[in-house]
Amino acid sequence: MKTLVWVEHDGSAVKDATLAAVTAASKLGEVHLLVAGEGVEGVAKAASEIAGVGKVHVADNVAFGHNLPENVAPLVAELMESHDAFVAPATTTGKNIAPRVAALLDVMQISEILSVEGPKTFTRPIYAGNAIATVESSDAKLVLTVRGTAFEKAATSGGSGTVEAVSAGGDAGISSFVGAEIAKQDRPELTSAKIIVSGGRALGSSEKYEEVIVPLADKLGAALGASRAAVDAGYVPNDYQVGQTGKIVAPEVYFAIGISGAIQHLAGMKDSKTIVAINKDEDAPIFQVADFGLVADLFSAVPELTGKI
Amino acid sequence: MKILVPVKRVLDYNVKPRVKADGTGVDLANVKMSMNPFDEIAVEEAIRLKEKGVATEIVAVSVGPAKAQETLRTALAMGADRAILVQTDDAVEPLAVAKILKAIADGEQPGLVILGKQAIDDDNNQTGQMLAALTGWAQGTFASAVNVEGDSVNVTREVDGGLETVKLKLPAIVTTDLRLNEPRYASLPNIMKAKSKPLDTKTPADYGVDTAPRVKTVKVSEPPVRSAGIKVADVDELVAKLKAMGVHS
Repeated sequence: MKTLVWVEHDGSAVKDATLAAVTAASKLGEVHLLVAGEGVEGVAKAASEIAGVGKVHVADNVAFGHNLPENVAPLVAELMESHDAFVAPATTTGKNIAPRVAALLDVMQISEILSVEGPKTFTRPIYAGNAIATVESSDAKLVLTVRGTAFEKAATSGGSGTVEAVSAGGDAGISSFVGAEIAKQDRPELTSAKIIVSGGRALGSSEKYEEVIVPLADKLGAALGASRAAVDAGYVPNDYQVGQTGKIVAPEVYFAIGISGAIQHLAGMKDSKTIVAINKDEDAPIFQVADFGLVADLFSAVPELTGKI
Repeated sequence: MKILVPVKRVLDYNVKPRVKADGTGVDLANVKMSMNPFDEIAVEEAIRLKEKGVATEIVAVSVGPAKAQETLRTALAMGADRAILVQTDDAVEPLAVAKILKAIADGEQPGLVILGKQAIDDDNNQTGQMLAALTGWAQGTFASAVNVEGDSVNVTREVDGGLETVKLKLPAIVTTDLRLNEPRYASLPNIMKAKSKPLDTKTPADYGVDTAPRVKTVKVSEPPVRSAGIKVADVDELVAKLKAMGVHS
């Protein structure tokens, strides 16, 4: 089976989520990549070095510069004439593009796969991760998105893919990119961090988030996260949100501080290797999934922890 | 312009789903069902556009069992003008829902279709994008702001890392993210009024759409259970546990 993997990149480097998608795709057969964008020679070269990669299709065109699905999906659909499966990471970019590709191909997409059980059989979470469905496609071609935390990342070296330019596609003329506000962070990316320190509503303010959560994260070299309640209350930007409707993470250690543990939050972090919860309510549901729970006032316990670790 | 708002009846988001013992699915017998939360946001946004004078009529659509009428009545009570129920007892996949919506859009000629970004039961996050592909319209997914300006709409989208804004030619498809708005509650008088608003009942066959599933559910199981953890007595004990795991600065 020939599989085409969407390479998510920032114009210069391949994003980690792509590497997990490559691992999932390699379980299906031959792995080809698609690098689309403007001025993506460097990304194409980096992509060709990913272990296990065959061909790297490069579509260098200003129309693909901002991943606009109206322009990108027809390009992918055309390349799918010579591929059996399209695989994208389940990032906001992948989720935006892949279903548009699936409908153009008249196939059902299988979203956020957790495992490959057979050539057309996969597992995926439903009901906010409260159930796992094993599903089998009957479509001629597969369109999949891959949950990044469920697969190992492919090695970024050792591969020797051949780079091939694609001339197909262009601007569909129905959408354009206006601008972006990307939150600046000097710390690890949330979805690939080994340690995450997350704060909830109990913090009470953005000042307290800065004062209590940030120093612990700084000390551990951790990424910062938050519950939806903390985001909605304006303590942190919304891309900090961990949960069913935010980011799905599975770090080695997840600190849930002042987070009660609603099922929508648990859906985003319950696959973490170790969960540490600090909450003053000993009945908070977070303690049912926490490996280490501390019932304490976070305003005194967290600074003490930061000082002692 | 007219706005089409697809809504789905799902297990209420506060209910903890239970997997059936025979592994065929999640038990939906005698549990509270509600409008998918993202769809409430879609209805609210359509109403706000009508209140601003941008929209003239709001048509709510649902594909589902007879009981999905209740979901449509909720949309009507919030402020939608009329509703279409495409009635079927089969579980309809996003691709088939998108095909039904495409047929309805062909007839209704809306300027915007506003959907929720995903349904909280199947967590697919596909229908809006698929409808956009089938209609050939532009898509503004995961919207946190929607501004119609003349013959285009600016949609601010929640993306990994922050926000981005795209400009889409109308007609267009928008899918809502949680922070787009705070949906209103239907007042009692409006709930009463909604009972007399028009609600057409159709079937998938009326739109020539085959709803046979492309994806077979082989089984549904409980997620792996985390082994029970321990409660530590104080910060010192927690520090010791973390250091034993190799977590330190």
